[in-house]
Amino acid sequence: MKAKHQRLTLAIIAVVAVIGAGFLALIGLRDNAALFRTPTEIAAEPVPPGQSIRLGGMVADGSIVQQADGVTIDFIVEDGEAQVPVRFSGITPDLFQENSGVVAEGAFDARGTFIATNILAKHDENYMPPPMEGMETAGNDG
Amino acid sequence: MKHWIIWTPLALFIGFLALAASGLIVPRDTTIESQMIGQPVPEFALAPALPGKPGLTNADLATGQPRLLNVFASWCVPCIAEAPQLMQLRRAGVQIDAIAIRDRPADIAQFLARHGDPYRSVGADNDSRVQLSLGSSGVPETFVVDGDGVIRHQHIGDIRPEDVPAILAALEDAQ
Amino acid sequence: MIAEAGLAALWLAAALCGLQLWFGVAAIRNGRDDLGAAIRPVAIIQGLLAMIAFGLLVWLFLRTDLSVELVARNSHAAKPMLYKFAGTWGNHEGSMLLWVMILAVAGALVAIFERRLRKDTLIATLAAQAAIGIGFYAFLLFSSNPFARLSPAPAEGQGLNPLLQDPGLAFHPPTLYFGYAGLSVAFSFAVGALITRDVGTVFARAMRPWVLGSWIFLTLGITAGSYWAYYELGWGGWWFWDPVENASLMPWLAATALLHSVTVLATRDSLRAWTIMLAVIAFSMSMVGTFLVRSGILTSVHAFAVDPQRGTFILGLLILYIGGALALFALRIGTVREGKQFQLISREGALVANNLLLIVILCIVLLGTLYPLVTEALGYSVSVGPPYFNTVAGPLALILITIMALGPLMRWRRDKWRNLVSRISLPVLAAALALAALVFIVSPIGILPMLGLVLASGVAIASFAPLWKRNLRRTPMFTFGMVFAHFGIAVALAGMAFESAFTEEVLVASLPGETHAVGPYEVTFNGAEPIAGPNWTAIEGRLTASRGGGTPVVLQPQARMFSSPETETSEAAILTSWNGQLYTVLGNSDGDGRWQLRLWFKPFVTLIWLGGMLIALGGLLAMVGRVRRERRTMERELYA
Repeated sequence: MKAKHQRLTLAIIAVVAVIGAGFLALIGLRDNAALFRTPTEIAAEPVPPGQSIRLGGMVADGSIVQQADGVTIDFIVEDGEAQVPVRFSGITPDLFQENSGVVAEGAFDARGTFIATNILAKHDENYMPPPMEGMETAGNDG
Repeated sequence: MKHWIIWTPLALFIGFLALAASGLIVPRDTTIESQMIGQPVPEFALAPALPGKPGLTNADLATGQPRLLNVFASWCVPCIAEAPQLMQLRRAGVQIDAIAIRDRPADIAQFLARHGDPYRSVGADNDSRVQLSLGSSGVPETFVVDGDGVIRHQHIGDIRPEDVPAILAALEDAQ
Repeated sequence: MIAEAGLAALWLAAALCGLQLWFGVAAIRNGRDDLGAAIRPVAIIQGLLAMIAFGLLVWLFLRTDLSVELVARNSHAAKPMLYKFAGTWGNHEGSMLLWVMILAVAGALVAIFERRLRKDTLIATLAAQAAIGIGFYAFLLFSSNPFARLSPAPAEGQGLNPLLQDPGLAFHPPTLYFGYAGLSVAFSFAVGALITRDVGTVFARAMRPWVLGSWIFLTLGITAGSYWAYYELGWGGWWFWDPVENASLMPWLAATALLHSVTVLATRDSLRAWTIMLAVIAFSMSMVGTFLVRSGILTSVHAFAVDPQRGTFILGLLILYIGGALALFALRIGTVREGKQFQLISREGALVANNLLLIVILCIVLLGTLYPLVTEALGYSVSVGPPYFNTVAGPLALILITIMALGPLMRWRRDKWRNLVSRISLPVLAAALALAALVFIVSPIGILPMLGLVLASGVAIASFAPLWKRNLRRTPMFTFGMVFAHFGIAVALAGMAFESAFTEEVLVASLPGETHAVGPYEVTFNGAEPIAGPNWTAIEGRLTASRGGGTPVVLQPQARMFSSPETETSEAAILTSWNGQLYTVLGNSDGDGRWQLRLWFKPFVTLIWLGGMLIALGGLLAMVGRVRRERRTMERELYA
């Protein structure tokens, strides 16, 4: 390293590193970012099985069916236009009920059922998605 | 050579700002506008949500005069924020009906006593069924319904003072 | 009257902050030394007034004074005292006031304790700190007055989000704010030094304790935040790559880079421009993080509670401060003389590599966090989660940690590969042994956890290498600090790798009386009972866990329902043993007497947070060591 140009060399290396980081990030994002889809969008443009997406909509009224093992549920996510059957194994989050908003992470299986690996609620102090606010008093008969 | 490198951090930062500004200016509206705009209010009949005030049916909304339909709940904080604006609209002569979502009579009475009562009627929607049929997904939301009972405008979120002119304009349009 | 007094104190503090800025500018530009001399007391009084304003708000919360809008919206008489206290900053206005207070106090501390810096540089630094402060004062006073009255006063308050009713909340935001405030001071030092072109070792030594302190708090904040998410959300995970978490990680990455480059500058007088740049980046990351979380442009589906006005305001401040600093950097840095040179194979070289990798990882996290915003602008929506961050940032982090282990084994200025090879033989041996153990004894595991475990064993040994053949009693405290912090990284890395490679999970619907095996434990479900707390009711599961026929331990996971506002949360019950944690969550009843249970055994998961604490402890040792040495040299100079 020529003494006179050390600062310049470092600056160039830094710029190259940042550009490299940008490329790495873009490649990673192309492969790993999950699209957000509503049932209507899925009906219009089916998502291939195995591709991970986020499915957002409302849990259809009366659609939650508990399976025999006691930990798997089937339900339908709808958005007023289209419906998607969903299966989830696990403990549903605190704010999960029929007629309320849900975001499910997962992928479709070969038969067109959405296998959710995660059902979401965030922990931002300001975040309370209004579709879910209705659940705060669920269970009270007015 | 060295010159432009010195300015790259600032350039990157400006790129970030452009992105952030676009995120702020184009509000990232995953807000689902009701499909019901331009449609007649769907049929419903809600029992009174609290004693001393009538309940609400869709027929009550087609009175020949445009009116507001406010979807609220006593447990909802933004509903408190919009209460003064609703009172202001009421004083301006606007008729307001309300649907209370998953609420208790005592809580609603307390809410109205504390924050003002602009409502002609309050229907109790204990399972959010009517709310959903209106295409509303949260509280508070406010619909402008014209004289024929057709939904003309939807306001999502609390009505802030700066929103009042838009609401009045929508009511004017619905004449 | 308390609220009015608080508001008055806040206005006065804001006025003094304006004065501080004006004095600074007048002293630097017009040579008004009289005003320059007054800047220290002004900064100190401003800090005091901000403390008074904040103290009064705390008092209002403790008394649950419902005539104050902020209290009415966020507190409730039935709330336990601790959460009334913490509720002060569990909301937007209160947290902004806390932030302004910490900012002002940091400025006051600089004014009190900083003695070595050139006078004009100190004045410029304090002016820069005032410039940061004044923006936030304006924001508080004009758009988020925490002392606004509510008339008529409601009979009862609205409560606090129950997810936040937790000791974690009480101390998490302040911890991060202390960290951010430290970075703001580093930023002010950098701006001050740019203005007076006084970048050198004295400047670096003045800045270093602030960077160290801020880094300690950020480390603690991230560690605590991670543990909080782990036990409070009931999902069994310790890091979700959520925008809120990334917002705290990004300043930490930048502060880590800054911490190391400021050391190079203080010790060797190299990396002048680079250090200034990093100080600007570190503070901008804390602002960007706050902006992303507060503006709500990243979080939500359709959030009513988030106020775009706040986002716009923070964005405005970002433009002003960061844009201004970067422009100042571009204009001035050419006139700052270049620091000392060094060879590629040297400790400086390793630290530069470490800095570059940290910045690359920072870029990757930042881009991943911002990507949803980019696609939003393009018209579609995506979410970026662990698959992206783990695959892209993970391998880079492993390389970074390798360099971290090598750096302290190299000499300053120039070194030879040959010497390095002899010094790393023992750590490499440890890593090879770990690799052999994993390949031949344990069942196959993922590549990333495996590399993690191998690397952790090597780094654990290597981190102690700087102490070999040294007289430990004469070894300076900050060297121990470095050893502890680097060892902490190895410990945390081992915890992460163990957790992701060997966690066992059982998910069942259980009848009372049934027993389930998970890891080394036999867990028996004995039923679920309703119970009540101060402002919640809950269904509590009764579990007994025993290990190899040993004494059973009772575990009581709860599904809680809070009364104001009405919300449900899940409280995991966790049993910690020397080799891991049993993590139990109670789910819903199926109506036929069965309850959902989710049981995890997470081997050595506690190492993650233990490592985090070790890192912070290392930082603390380094800071105390540095400050003591500074004081000693100062005294020596005084009596010389």
